[in-house]
This record gives sequence, C-alpha cells and structure tokens, in this order.
Amino acid sequence: MKPAFSVLFLTTLIGMGQGLLIALVAGQFYFVIGSGFEQDSGDFYAKGSAVALVLLGLGLIASFFHLSHPERGMRSIMRWRTSWLSREVLLLPACMGLAALYGLIHWFDITPVLITFGNQKNLDLSMAVGFLLAGASAFLFITTGMIYACIRFIKEWATPWTVVNYTLMGLSSGFAAAAIIAALENALLRDFLAGWAALFTLAAFAAKGFTLWRNKHLPAPFSMKSAIGVHHGHIRQLSQGFMGRSFNTMEFFTHVHPEILHWMTALMLVFGFAAPSALLLAGWADRYLPALIAALPIQYLGLLAERWLFFAQGRHVQNVYYQRAS
Amino acid sequence: MSRKQLALVIDLNICVGCHACVTSCKEWNTSGWAGPLSDTDPYGADPLGVFFNRVQTFEAGEFPHTETIHFPKSCLHCEDPPCVPVCPTGASFKREEDGIVLVDYDKCIGCKYCSWNCPYGVREFDTKQGVMKKCTLCADRIYDETLSEERRKPACVLACPAGARSFGDISNPTSEVSQAIRDNAGFQIMPEMGTQPANHYLPRRKTKLVIHDDELMRADNPLLKEGELPRPQLSDPFLDDVTSW
Repeated sequence: MKPAFSVLFLTTLIGMGQGLLIALVAGQFYFVIGSGFEQDSGDFYAKGSAVALVLLGLGLIASFFHLSHPERGMRSIMRWRTSWLSREVLLLPACMGLAALYGLIHWFDITPVLITFGNQKNLDLSMAVGFLLAGASAFLFITTGMIYACIRFIKEWATPWTVVNYTLMGLSSGFAAAAIIAALENALLRDFLAGWAALFTLAAFAAKGFTLWRNKHLPAPFSMKSAIGVHHGHIRQLSQGFMGRSFNTMEFFTHVHPEILHWMTALMLVFGFAAPSALLLAGWADRYLPALIAALPIQYLGLLAERWLFFAQGRHVQNVYYQRAS
Repeated sequence: MSRKQLALVIDLNICVGCHACVTSCKEWNTSGWAGPLSDTDPYGADPLGVFFNRVQTFEAGEFPHTETIHFPKSCLHCEDPPCVPVCPTGASFKREEDGIVLVDYDKCIGCKYCSWNCPYGVREFDTKQGVMKKCTLCADRIYDETLSEERRKPACVLACPAGARSFGDISNPTSEVSQAIRDNAGFQIMPEMGTQPANHYLPRRKTKLVIHDDELMRADNPLLKEGELPRPQLSDPFLDDVTSW
C-alpha cells in the first residue's frame, strides 16, 4: 500500500494524544486509590489535557488532508453502525470534547464529590470525567486499529496484533509525553509516568517484533488460479491492459528499493523502540531529565517510520492483477 | 425467488482480448451520467486515466505448451460487497431493486477506504473530481425506454464483437445468463474471499475429437473371422438371371 503522509501524522499524533490522556487519568486514579492523600495540582492535569488537545487537533487537521472533499467531512459519521472509519470520526471529537472538559474541571478545580465509598475514598467529578475520557481514548485506539485490521484483503494488517500495536505505541508515546510534562511541572507523577512509559515502550517493542516475525511467515497473499479461475499451476501475467499508470498501480504499491525497506526497519526498531526505552529507563531510574525529554522526539521519528513501513509492507490482494506493466 | 441481481457473464472461451468493451465503456461513461472519467496526460509519456473496465492478458503453461487467456475485469457487483459497509458516508451502496453497487458522487469524501476493501481492484479514484468511481453496469442505459429493448444493455455487452459478454438477472433461474452459468460451468473469481461476486465467468472449453482405433478398423468385421465367401463359378446361376431358389 502507498503510505499517505496525512494518515501517518494522523495515527501517530492522535495515538500520542490518547496515550497522554490515558496517562493523566491513570495517574490521577493512582493517587485516588493510593494510601496517602497526596495529589498533583489541577494545573498539571489541565496543562496535560491542553497538550493532548493540541495533539488530537493536529491529527484531526492532518486527517483532512487525506480527503478530497473535506467540506463533506461531516457526512463520514453516517455509517457508524458498520464502518470503523466512521466510528473513529465520531470518537475523535468526542475524545477532544472530553479532554477539554477534563482539563477545564482541573483548571478551575471544580471537584464536587459524587460518591463516597466505604473506605473513605471519593469519586469526584474530575475522576468521573477522567474515566469517561480514558474509556473513549481506549475505544478510539480500537477503532483506529480496526480500520486496518478489518481489511481482510491485506493479510499483514488483518490481525488483532494491528490493534495491539496501535494501542501499545500510542500508550508508550503518550506516557512519555506525560512524563515530560510531569517533569517540567515538578509533578509527583513523574516517576510513575516515566516508569510506565518505559514499560509500554518495551511491550510495544515486543509486540512489534512478534508482528514482524508473523508477517514474514505469512502464506502467499493471493493465488493466480483463483484470481482468473484457470486451474493451471503455472500462470503469469502478460499484460495488465494498459501502458500508463492507474489508480490501482499507484494506491496499492510502494515503489521503493528493497534496501530502503531494510533501512526503514532498522530506523523503526532503533528510534521507535530501542533508543526511547533506554532513554526512558534512564529518565526513570536516574531521574535524568535530558534523557526523558530526548526520548519522545526520537521515538516519534521512529513511530513515523513504523507507520510508513506498516503501509509499505501491506500487500493487497488486488496486486495479483497488476503483476506486470504494459 | 431471491432478489433481482443484475450481472455480466463473460465467456473466457470467446474473449479475444480486443479491448472493444474497454473503449466502449470509457466512451459511454465518460460522456454520460457517470462521467467524466478523467484522464491526465492522455497523449503524453505518462498517461493516467479512470476506466471501469480493463482487459488483462495472462499466459498459462510454459512454451511451447502455452495458452493465452484474455481476462476482462470490471466491478463484479458482489452480493456481499465488502466495499459498501466500510464507507463512512454511505456514498457507496448496493441498490436494493437490482443489486447494482454504485457510488453517490455527491456524498463521496474521497477517502479511498472502499478501494482498500475490494479484493478485485475494480474501484478507481478520479483525482480530478476527487471521488471514487466504478462500473455502474450502465445503470443509465439499461432502463432507458427511449432505446429499443435490445439496446438496453451495458455498453460493453453491445460492443463485444465476439459475443463474449452477456447481461441479465442471475437470480432468475430461467434467464439467459443463469442458463449460461449452469450449462457451461460458470464460476466466480476469488470465491474464497466470501464476496459472492455476481459477475460470472465461463471457463475455457476445449473440444477434442477422440478417435479410437476400432473406429478406423472394424473390430467386429465378420470377414476377419469367416474369411471371404468363395467366388461363384461361372457356371453358377446368376441372381438376376435365373436361379434354382
């Protein structure tokens, strides 16, 4: 498949935004259920939400560049019953709205207690909105992953691992972003967030590694026999019916030298996973701020490479009909 | 009886790969309801264009035992079209009344997601208009009552000089296309994808004349066993002259 830069930026940016939101809510919840009564300031959560909103907003803007008719974009919520794409389009603004609400509640410190439990722990408004926000963000991960995982004609994508990878990479970059904000704000959550960011990066590394191995051992994506219904063991294409280009020869192929794929894979593994997990661990264990801050931009480059490869290495079944130009 | 499902039946035994269906499709659809089918740099070095129908050529076997197969391919109007439910706007739809899969250009946002969900690669994006396009089964002419009844067929069917393409309702068991599928082992391409394509193909059929030795040499020739009858003597009576019997 041909990687579209709008989609690369969309999926990586909103993944980080969602991960950041989940990190904030998880951090707040960590203190709420903790033994003590300490809690980070509302400012920290509000600033975190603002950064997440910017990330989600940038992703949303990037997504418009993928459409030929962005002015009709609103129509794309119509088929949420059947289309994962439609569900994503619905959930992204919902997440943004909830993030704004969550940030405002913290900024203005509107925390009326909704429920008090037997152990003297309270569920206040900010935590309740936080749960909704984390749920929406988690579901947005599923919809984004399922957009690709539900295409059964691209075997590299049609696996639950697509959803797992999207989620883990989003959580990893989101927690890393949250850790930077916590460090800059001197928040108590800094170590919690940095530690989990390192863990999620390692988990994403493992999941990606498994997926690479899996995709290397996939059966042939198509069969010439069933494509043209001729029962012969040796079929080759003589002509695709035209000498120029067509949508089919452009959208479904990435014409790059195989060497570039190798370099991109190395870039992805080092920048996307190995280097940031080491830096995050250094930032967590030694509380070394430059390492913590450097991890995220390096990882983001790696994630862009990962997303580019995700597309470039997806082999669509229709390619069986475009084996040979002329 | 199941719902009406219009479809093409293409006989691979007849198709000679002349591309008349391709050009007539382009001509009809670029000038009509579904058009224009934009071309970029059509006479230049790097032409790019939208076509609803393409003919591809394959070769089975290795020289000298080869066979050339011309393979026309357009939207198969699947009975379970995977491209339809994934469309976020509902621009892509399957018509209830005749089973044709269509795109509403006014609702399409050009996200191309439907094309990813077609295993046959028959949806083509029009970069100039920014919408997805595909074979309409000439929905604008098959019901056109200003045309005489035998002309109410898709342009490709009318254009085929060899008569390799036929058009009709495959859910009606008495239709010409249904009979052609039944009688000639019509098949669907990529049935394992679970899309139930409505368009069918008829296979290559070879007529071989098998002559056994005993058809050239009579195995039951009585002369072989009994030998020739002895020639009658000149003195024997003739049948037509006078006989003793």
